[in-house]
Amino acid sequence: MIRSAARPKVEVQDLNAWFRGVHALRGVTLTVPANTVLAIIGPSGCGKSTFVRCINRMHELVPGAHQSGHILVDGQDLHARGVDPVDLRRRVGMVFQRANPFPTMSILDNVVAGLKLNGIRGNHAEIAEKSLHQAALWDEVKDRLQTSALSLSGGQQQRLCIARALAIGPEVLLMDEPASALDPIATAKIEELIRELREQLTIVIVTHNMQQAARVSDATAFFYMGELVEHGPTEQIFTNPKESRTEDYVTGKFG
Amino acid sequence: MSSRMRRRAVNAAMTILCALGLLIALVPLVSVLWLVISKGVRGLSLDFFTQLPTPVGEAGGGVGNAILGSLYIVGIASAIGVPLGVGAGVYLAERGGGRAGDAIRFTAEVLSGVPSIIVGIVAYGLVVLPMRRFSALAGGVALAVLMVPTLARSTEELVRLVPRHLREASLALGVPEWRTSLRVVLRTALGGILTAVLLAVARASGETAPLLFTSLNNQYWNWRSDQPTASLTVQIYNYAVSPYQDWHDKAWSAALVLLLVVGALSLVARFLARSRFGAQR
Repeated sequence: MIRSAARPKVEVQDLNAWFRGVHALRGVTLTVPANTVLAIIGPSGCGKSTFVRCINRMHELVPGAHQSGHILVDGQDLHARGVDPVDLRRRVGMVFQRANPFPTMSILDNVVAGLKLNGIRGNHAEIAEKSLHQAALWDEVKDRLQTSALSLSGGQQQRLCIARALAIGPEVLLMDEPASALDPIATAKIEELIRELREQLTIVIVTHNMQQAARVSDATAFFYMGELVEHGPTEQIFTNPKESRTEDYVTGKFG
Repeated sequence: MSSRMRRRAVNAAMTILCALGLLIALVPLVSVLWLVISKGVRGLSLDFFTQLPTPVGEAGGGVGNAILGSLYIVGIASAIGVPLGVGAGVYLAERGGGRAGDAIRFTAEVLSGVPSIIVGIVAYGLVVLPMRRFSALAGGVALAVLMVPTLARSTEELVRLVPRHLREASLALGVPEWRTSLRVVLRTALGGILTAVLLAVARASGETAPLLFTSLNNQYWNWRSDQPTASLTVQIYNYAVSPYQDWHDKAWSAALVLLLVVGALSLVARFLARSRFGAQR
């Protein structure tokens, strides 16, 4: 994979978002180069989740939610005429805070759920195996692909959800606190996974865990009260932030 | 120490009270079952399930046509009522936030409180009068009207129980909303909905009043939906109001058959809800 210095994969310009009357994002502008990991940090309620949910247009599904500004993926405006949010979500995958496998489906069916539900043909078994390998879950489930997804542990379920997101071949992967409900061992596996996945896709990860942000990301953005306070290389944000608010947060003085 | 004794005494008293309540609640249920079984079991035979009714005084005969008729009418009712009820329930759960939703919910509530005999009159006006004859179809329509409101409300509750994060998981995979509703949300709620459907069917099978002037009755086998059709409940009614001891006995036996049919449906509902159609939790 070539890391092109050309156009960033995701460009966000002056993004404002509201829901239920709350101004959740205030004029956020940033870019995410291809094949990098951007970590979003900040205290609860600062708009981190809203931000990632804008990038695959899940935000607009909440009743009463709206937004202004522009988000471009590969230079194309998400809200341009003719952009179908359904197609967009196949290119911009998402992993949620709580592992949410489909309870009525087997492990195998969960992985290829995006293909099956969308009626995409192809060698599902092969895609499933590849995705499970990518999600570092294959060895643990290869002998019980037909059992219920709920028979897996929490960490395995979350990796299953990552495999499910990967199976439809996204270019960007949004992760909304993917490891916040997991124990340290499962968390380490997910982090390892993120570093590997960077070779193939662009990742935006929301996290409450600053060590995690430091470990997995190339760039970090600090959000506070809906504003983007600071955005820069991860090392700089954690060792030499420009803003005092960032410094206070990353050193644990508040948040 | 005394407070501990007191706590134990209260605990024991409450446990006894609850057990007593359960016993009292069981009395009518058990007595009905006992009465129907003890009086009905004598008349049961293979013929009773397979033969046509006989005139008064003639030995033998059965309610085969009524069993078949009941299944036929309830089948028609399900074919009309289940898609309508489940569809309305899914709509209410997924899109019923606004005024239309409130209106439908209110209508369903009112409709579920309407006495079944009135629903029968409505079906009489809607189907029997224009067709100029009593028919299985009219009975089916009446029972369908009875099924729809309860089915809609229970489906709505069941669909609402499906966690929001499952819907989001599907949408985030680029699955369109309608397909998400159908293949993920409805599929996850299917076990419960199936139970609700079978319970609604069981309830409809026990209705007499709406059938009295819609499907009426028939002494013979009937396969046509535009003809009067026998049903177990109306047959029981006819036998019971007759002055003949012979027919009274048959009414008890037919009542037992009805209980068996409804009981079997409930059992199947429970079995389905637990096994393969349920979310495997």
